[in-house]
Amino acid sequence: MKLLRLIPTNTNFDFLRVKVIAFLFSFVILSGTFISLMVNNLNYGIDFKGGILLELRSKNSYSPNINELREKISTLDAGEVSIQNFGQETDFLVRIQKQEGDQKEQIAMIEKVKSLIEKNYTVRRSEFVGPVVGDELKTAGFYAVSLALLSIMIYIWFRFEWQFSIAAILALIHDVLTTVGLFSILQLEFNLATIAAILTTAGYSINDTVVIFDRVRENLRRYKSKTHYFIYNKSINETLSRTVITSVTTLLALFIIFFFGGAVLSDFALAMIWGVIIGTFSSIFVAVSLLTYFNINKGEKVDDRTNIPEYEREN
Amino acid sequence: MKSLSKIRLILIIASVIIGTLYATPNFFNTSQKAQSSNFLPGKKINLGLDLQGGSYLLLKADMDIVFAEKLDSLLSDIRTLLRKSKIGYKKLSIQNDIISFQKRGESSNEKIKSIIFSLDKNLIVENKIESFFIKFSEQNKKNITKTTMAQAIEIVRRRIDETGTNEPSIQQQGTDRIIVQLPGLDDPSRIKKLLGKTAKLTFQLAHPTIISEDLDKNSKAPPGFIKLQEDKNPDRFYMINKRVMVSGEMLKDASPTFDRNNSPSVSFQLSALGGKKFGRVTGKNIGRAFAIVLDGKVVSAPVIQTQIFSTGQITGAFTVQETNDLALVLRSGALPAPMVILEERSVGPGLGKDSISAGKIASIFGLIAVMVFMLITYGMFGIFANIALVCNIIFIIALLSLIQATLTLPGIAGIVLTMGMAVDANVLIFERIKEEFNSGRTILDAIEAGFQRAISTIIDANLTTLFAALALFSFGSGPIKGFSVTLMIGIVTSMFTAIVITKYIVFLYSKKKDVNSVFLQD
Repeated sequence: MKLLRLIPTNTNFDFLRVKVIAFLFSFVILSGTFISLMVNNLNYGIDFKGGILLELRSKNSYSPNINELREKISTLDAGEVSIQNFGQETDFLVRIQKQEGDQKEQIAMIEKVKSLIEKNYTVRRSEFVGPVVGDELKTAGFYAVSLALLSIMIYIWFRFEWQFSIAAILALIHDVLTTVGLFSILQLEFNLATIAAILTTAGYSINDTVVIFDRVRENLRRYKSKTHYFIYNKSINETLSRTVITSVTTLLALFIIFFFGGAVLSDFALAMIWGVIIGTFSSIFVAVSLLTYFNINKGEKVDDRTNIPEYEREN
Repeated sequence: MKSLSKIRLILIIASVIIGTLYATPNFFNTSQKAQSSNFLPGKKINLGLDLQGGSYLLLKADMDIVFAEKLDSLLSDIRTLLRKSKIGYKKLSIQNDIISFQKRGESSNEKIKSIIFSLDKNLIVENKIESFFIKFSEQNKKNITKTTMAQAIEIVRRRIDETGTNEPSIQQQGTDRIIVQLPGLDDPSRIKKLLGKTAKLTFQLAHPTIISEDLDKNSKAPPGFIKLQEDKNPDRFYMINKRVMVSGEMLKDASPTFDRNNSPSVSFQLSALGGKKFGRVTGKNIGRAFAIVLDGKVVSAPVIQTQIFSTGQITGAFTVQETNDLALVLRSGALPAPMVILEERSVGPGLGKDSISAGKIASIFGLIAVMVFMLITYGMFGIFANIALVCNIIFIIALLSLIQATLTLPGIAGIVLTMGMAVDANVLIFERIKEEFNSGRTILDAIEAGFQRAISTIIDANLTTLFAALALFSFGSGPIKGFSVTLMIGIVTSMFTAIVITKYIVFLYSKKKDVNSVFLQD
């Protein structure tokens, strides 16, 4: 049987030569992220902003009309309301800003909307998040992402050397920021699931980075007389096949969630699809490229976990 | 080769069999009850509210109100005690959560302090010349919060139980919050209404001469009296004696009924002690009005016609549903603190079912896609990786069932994602074997070296991912926590399947067959 080969054996691409172009690309998307954050901010969902969310589906006998729905709900004088189609034509997502007054007003508003539309629509989901909880979730989300980054950094420091840990963490921050940027630019709803997607992306990206770094560490000991430039390039090339194959299987799974996992998961899948692509890019072009700016010792710090036999070491 | 020991094989087979046994119940459409008589061990995975439909409520007890109440009762305790100890005082009052008074006469400051401490040694008592300031310490507040929450949870549970909701879960979160989960209930408005009332019921005499018609918004209450609104008509007021004749704690039972005019009302029965007290007061006050006060509002103010003992009726402008609810909250007792709803999430059964089927389709398609890809990329090795993948999924489902974790929609996404990522360990191993082979080793040597070298990479890579998942778990609430649990389990099982199961199969294959090198070459 002829097997599929995505990457030929023994590639010898000069990844580091395009380092500058890659940095430029990163610079552009990071700038885009910051500009968009300043101009558009993030489209915070009710998880963080507080407010009311209802998912409606029109009843069988009724042909849904978004304008009519809009008009009806506008009679409630509920302040800022957004209504959009959700997944399929019969489904709508209604978001209502948090109401003036205490929690009772919020609960009352849900009831008002429900009774207003109950003739033509069934309520499939209703959510209300108070502003206190919203703020708490925001803080918790921030801490979670920071905690993850910090613990990853310490682990890599411990297992490799500090230069690796700096390079890895910068690449990781790059991934997290640009994923946030994607949400800001496309104005996708930024909610709890997005935080989950970002953290999973971070996990995936660091996984990728560690695999390449592992090889760099090994090759640094193996090829003592070669330049760092040569060693880094060789390490990327040697792990390239694995990098691509794992990205493809993960992306396969993610695209399937995106297309078949239902409307609730589609944004979540999109964030991760972006995350896997950018994570793969950053492992090669950001993390390893950054290593070139450090003068890393070749194996002075003897660590024979990788256990290279004497005959294989280059003299 | 050591790796092919019998013990290892037995362990692998045993783990797969046990995993399969625990995973199997999830593939049958039996109810949880029917399973108990089943021969299979374990239970199905718990489905989160987003999958089975249901409501999630996050409540907060308004402790400030409770502290204020407790401070009020502390004030009257202090008054009683000072009188009993024959200590003169003036200007006994509460301001900004501090009780203050000035002493009159010759009592020593130390003596007064020790008298106050005899009420509660945790109180904070300060004294400047003639003045005394008393407030609750953090310890006091902690104790008050603790007992209040224990009571509140009990009352919330009773009220929800009375509505006949299936398997509600009621837990304390943090210091002053309660999480209520109501599976299968997609419209929690009745529950919210029931929990929205503290249901503090009191019977208090009305003012003998000042009647409602004389009162408006601006009327002031004479000492010993308090002006209260009518429950259904906020413009109507009553002047009510502050002293409570009978309170809700003395209630033995309450049930919805109809009064003489056939309008909905609630009949109640008092305890023996309450009946005695009520009889004494009503006997003395025939012809006077008394107010039935619920949560600080007057429900009705009937005139006492005859002496009333242990049974009576509460009438008002009620609907039948309202009398049902009122009877229910009276029976279950008053909440020690008002409950505020901080967060509410309800999912209807339709959406839950759709999410489950979308999750199923995504999982099956995801599995097929990844398996086909592995097969066409690695051939024979692809089959090994796929066997490991199937074992991996069995382990994930078995572990989720075993620890009775809650599977949420993001959790399903986590499983599908794990399928994609789980093959990574196998990919690392196979790529390494290929490399070793291409650098001139024999096949068997290449396999040996490939595994050995890949494992350190696999552990490093997976441990770092595990950190991200742990951060997610520590932060997560509800669905996100579910996602992080599946992710963590996925990481652990995929390491196990790659390092143990794939390895065994590959070694077995390379030993038994006369391995030709074709499968390692281009």
